[in-house]
Amino acid sequence: MTTPNQSASNRRGFGLGNIAVTQELVVAVAAAIMFLVFSATLDNFLSSANLITLVRNVSVLGMMSLGMALVVIGRGVDLSLVAIMAVSMTLAIVLANGGWSFGLALAAGLAFSIAIGAVTGFLVAYVEIPSIFATLAIAAIVYGLGRGGIADLDVNNLPPGVDWFIFLGRGSLLGIPVSIWLFAATALLLHLFLRKTGFGRFVYAIGDNIETARITGISVRPVLMLKYMLAAFTAFMAGAVTAASVASMNMRIVNSTMIYDVLLVVVLGGIGLTGGRGGIRNVLVGTVLIGLLLNAMTILDISYTVQNLIKSAVLLAALVVEALLNPRDEQTSQQGDI
Amino acid sequence: MKLFKNMLALTAASVIGATTVTAQEGMVDELREPVLEKFKDKKVVFVPMSMSFDLPEGWAAVMQNAAELRGYQFDIRDANWSTDTGTRAITQAILEEPDIIVVQNFDVTSYARTLKRAEDKGIHVVQVNMRSTYPTDAFVGADWHGMGEYAANRMVEVCGTSQGKSGKIALVQGPATAAASVYQLNAITSVLNETDEIEIVSSQTGDWDQSKARAITQTVIQQNPDLCGVIGFWDAMDTGTGAAIAESGKDIYLITSGGGNQTACQGLENGTFDEVISYDVPGQGRDLNNVISMLLQSEGEAGNFEFALYTPNKIITPDTMNETSCWTLDQLRDGG
Repeated sequence: MTTPNQSASNRRGFGLGNIAVTQELVVAVAAAIMFLVFSATLDNFLSSANLITLVRNVSVLGMMSLGMALVVIGRGVDLSLVAIMAVSMTLAIVLANGGWSFGLALAAGLAFSIAIGAVTGFLVAYVEIPSIFATLAIAAIVYGLGRGGIADLDVNNLPPGVDWFIFLGRGSLLGIPVSIWLFAATALLLHLFLRKTGFGRFVYAIGDNIETARITGISVRPVLMLKYMLAAFTAFMAGAVTAASVASMNMRIVNSTMIYDVLLVVVLGGIGLTGGRGGIRNVLVGTVLIGLLLNAMTILDISYTVQNLIKSAVLLAALVVEALLNPRDEQTSQQGDI
Repeated sequence: MKLFKNMLALTAASVIGATTVTAQEGMVDELREPVLEKFKDKKVVFVPMSMSFDLPEGWAAVMQNAAELRGYQFDIRDANWSTDTGTRAITQAILEEPDIIVVQNFDVTSYARTLKRAEDKGIHVVQVNMRSTYPTDAFVGADWHGMGEYAANRMVEVCGTSQGKSGKIALVQGPATAAASVYQLNAITSVLNETDEIEIVSSQTGDWDQSKARAITQTVIQQNPDLCGVIGFWDAMDTGTGAAIAESGKDIYLITSGGGNQTACQGLENGTFDEVISYDVPGQGRDLNNVISMLLQSEGEAGNFEFALYTPNKIITPDTMNETSCWTLDQLRDGG
C-alpha cells in the first residue's frame, strides 16, 4: 500500500525533471513571487509586525479551511461550516448572557456544533445524501435556528468579565498572537491525525475510492460521521477566536462569501475536490497565499468590488490548474465529484 | 331698550350655560374623530434590511406602538439581508395594496424600479435612513452628508497637521453602494479636498462586519504607524475597528455613527469610540410616525409628495454622555 503522500504525487500530472509539478508547488512559488514583489514595492510590508498581522488576519479562515480540508480529502464538502461557527458561538454567548457560567456556556456551544456535525455525517453516511446538498440544507437550518430560536439579534456581545477568553483573540504569547498559536496547534493536531492514525488513513482511502475502501473492510460510515464532527469542531474553534477578537459574534457572516473563501483556500492549496489527495500543508500554503493577497490589497487600498474580482479570478485560475494537473479519469468521473 | 335687555339676558344665560357645560363635560374635539376615522382599515407595511439589529428593531417598536394607538394595521416583511428577498417582499406587498410601504434600502439602486411600481399602484412609499436614488413621497433618516461633513471637520480639528499631528486618517466604510457610504464619502472627500491638513491613507469597506473592519484597521495601522484618526461608518461594525485600535495600543481618534443604541454608549464608556454621531432611532421613529400619520390623512396621490425629514445629528462623547443619551430596545417597546 502506498502512503497517501506517494499516491498523491504519483498521480499528479507531468513531471519536471525530478520535481513533480504539483499544484501545491505552483501556489508556493506564486506565493513566494508575490512575497518578493510586495516586499520590494510596498513600504512596511516586510516588517515583522505586518507579517504577524497578515497571518493573524487569516488564522480564522485557516482554521475553517483545516476543517474543510478534512472533509474534502475524505471526498465531500461542508458548506455549513460558517453557519456552525457563527451559531454555536452565538449560542454560547446567549447562554452566558442568560446567567450560565461562561465555561459551561462554551461547552454547550461546542456540544451543539459537534451534534450538528453528527447530524450532517449521519445524513451523508447513512441516508446517503450528497454532501453538497446535505450541508447546504444544514447550513440553512442552523442559521434559521440561530436567528429564529437562539437569538433575536445578529450581533451578540460577550458578557463582561471574560478577559481570559478575550485573551484568545487579542493576547500574545512570545510575541505571537494567541490566535496564530491556536491555528498552528489545530493544524498540527489534524496533521498528526491524518498521517499517524489509522482513522486518518481511512479518510484518505475513502476519499480515494469509497467502494474499494468498503471492500477492504473499512467501516466507511462511522468514519464519514466522525469526519464531519471534527470539521464542526474546527468551526467552533474558529468561532471562539473570532468572538474573542471582537468581543462579539456576528451571525450575519453566514450570508457573506466566507464559505467560498474557505473553499478557495482548500482548492488553491491543491487539495483536489475529487478527494483522497493533499494534506494540511496544502491548507497552510493556500492560507498564506490568501493572506498575502488580502494584506497587499488592503495596503494598496483596492476597492472591495475589485478585491472580490481578484479573489474570484484566483479561484478560477486555481480550479483550472487543478483540472489540468488532476485530469478527470474514468474512475473519478464514474464516482462523480462532490 | 327692551330688546337690548332681552339680548343681554340671553347672552348672559348662554354664557353661563356654556361655562357650565364646559366646566362639567369639556368640549368635543371636532378634529379627532374624523382623523381617527381616516386611520381605520389602513395598512402600513415595513420592509427593513433585516429584523436582527438595533435600527429596524427600534423603528418597528416605535411604529408598532403608534399603530396600536391610532388603530391602523402594521406589518413587517423581513428582507433578511438579501436584496432579492426584499424585492419579493415589496412586490408581494404591492399586490396586497397597503396604504404605505416603509422601506430601508440596502443600496441606492436595487429597489428603485420596485418602489416606482408601488407608487404607480397608488401606494405611498416612505424610505427610511438608507435612501434609494429614486425619490419617493418621503424620506426619513440620517443626514449622511451632514454627518460626513461633521466627521471630516472634526478630523481636521483633532488630527490636522497644524495641530502638530500626522494628518493621516483612514475610513472604514459600509458596502460601497449603500446610501450611508456614498453620501458620507462624498461629503468627507469634498471637505478634505479643501484642505491639505488631512490625508486619507486608506478608504476600505468593512461591509458592516466587525471582523472585516478589525482586519482592515489592523493592517492600516501596521502600514501607517502614525495614523491619527479613523472615521467609521457604523458603530456595530466599528467595535471591530475599535478592537484593532485598542490592540495596537496607540492613541487613534475614532469617530463612528449609529442609531444611538446602548452599545454605542458602552463603546464610549470603555474607550472603543471617541465620538459617536447618533441619528437617534427613537426620534426617527417619531418622525416616521408623523409622516405615516400625515400621509394617511392626506388625500394626495402617491408620488406627488417629495419631502425629507433629516434627523438632526446628536453628538455623543464621553464628556457629553448621560443616562438619556442612548436607548435600549425594551424602553422603545414599552413606549419610552
